[in-house]
Amino acid sequence: MSRFKKKKGSETPAMSTASLPDIVFMLLFFFMVTTVMRETTLLVENSLPKASEVKKIEDKSLCSYIYVGAPVGAMKAKFGTESRIQLNDSFKNVTDIQEFMATKRENTPEEKKPLLVTCIKADVDAKMGLVTDIKQELRKAQAFKINYATFTKAD
Amino acid sequence: MSRRSLPEINAGSMADIAFLLLIFFLVTTTMDVDTGLVRKLPAMPEEEDIIDDSQIKARNIYVVLVNAKDQLLVEEELMDISQLRDGAKAFLDNWGKSPDLSDNPHKAIISLQNDRGTSYEMYIQVQNELSAAYRELRDREAQRKFGVYYAELEGVDKKEIRKMYPQKISEAEPKKVGGN
Repeated sequence: MSRFKKKKGSETPAMSTASLPDIVFMLLFFFMVTTVMRETTLLVENSLPKASEVKKIEDKSLCSYIYVGAPVGAMKAKFGTESRIQLNDSFKNVTDIQEFMATKRENTPEEKKPLLVTCIKADVDAKMGLVTDIKQELRKAQAFKINYATFTKAD
Repeated sequence: MSRRSLPEINAGSMADIAFLLLIFFLVTTTMDVDTGLVRKLPAMPEEEDIIDDSQIKARNIYVVLVNAKDQLLVEEELMDISQLRDGAKAFLDNWGKSPDLSDNPHKAIISLQNDRGTSYEMYIQVQNELSAAYRELRDREAQRKFGVYYAELEGVDKKEIRKMYPQKISEAEPKKVGGN
């Protein structure tokens, strides 16, 4: 007899997802702006020491990274367990540092050359002998501004 | 006049595309800020340069030695790393009172020497403690003069405080004793 009536209006309306892209875009732009692409894969163990008197590096593009530490896992068989130097993507010797610094200097615009910093990322277990050798090479390469990379700890 | 309005473009897939990009950036991003201890290396000494340290009185040099076993020898006495900050502060802030410590902060030099076998961790700790000693003295002066911390100062004021306590940490050429 009586037909089922369609209950109009009593259903909850579907949630509007029209603003979803806006929210996602907002997040996207945030990450696009803050992102820094990882440029090197680490071949050495690199747990940094902790220090409280730290300064931030303002411009990472002006930073040349020197990694120091014992080779990781698979590299141990080939390169031993003694601390090694990694420049860019490969193991290098202390004598290669001058050339590395010269290349970095060449690729930097003239007005930014005085701001170049060398960032030494050495493992806690590294010995000072190697670090000192690096420092001597940097002095020869006239790269006097250095930064010992550390984690920040509360005083 | 009556023109049919164009059908709306379906923007439903926009979110998917944006999500795809978002996830890409989420994965590749590294949020870590690089922090570290900033130091300036001295220029290589010229051949004819003879370093004359006889002009510096012994009382104005604070000798910090670190050996291959990560032990500290400060002014010829064994010291724990936890005491180094106060020791350095007392040395720098002596103003001629104690005959063994410095005349004034301008003349005071901290001489740091480490062995080739010293661990990097210990070296950083020593550097950190010495920096902290200078920073605490500068903070104190900044508080007294300007009512703010040293790090918050800018320009001329900062220079003035820095001039009062210039950071003079000299690193000797390393020597190899006690193995590596």
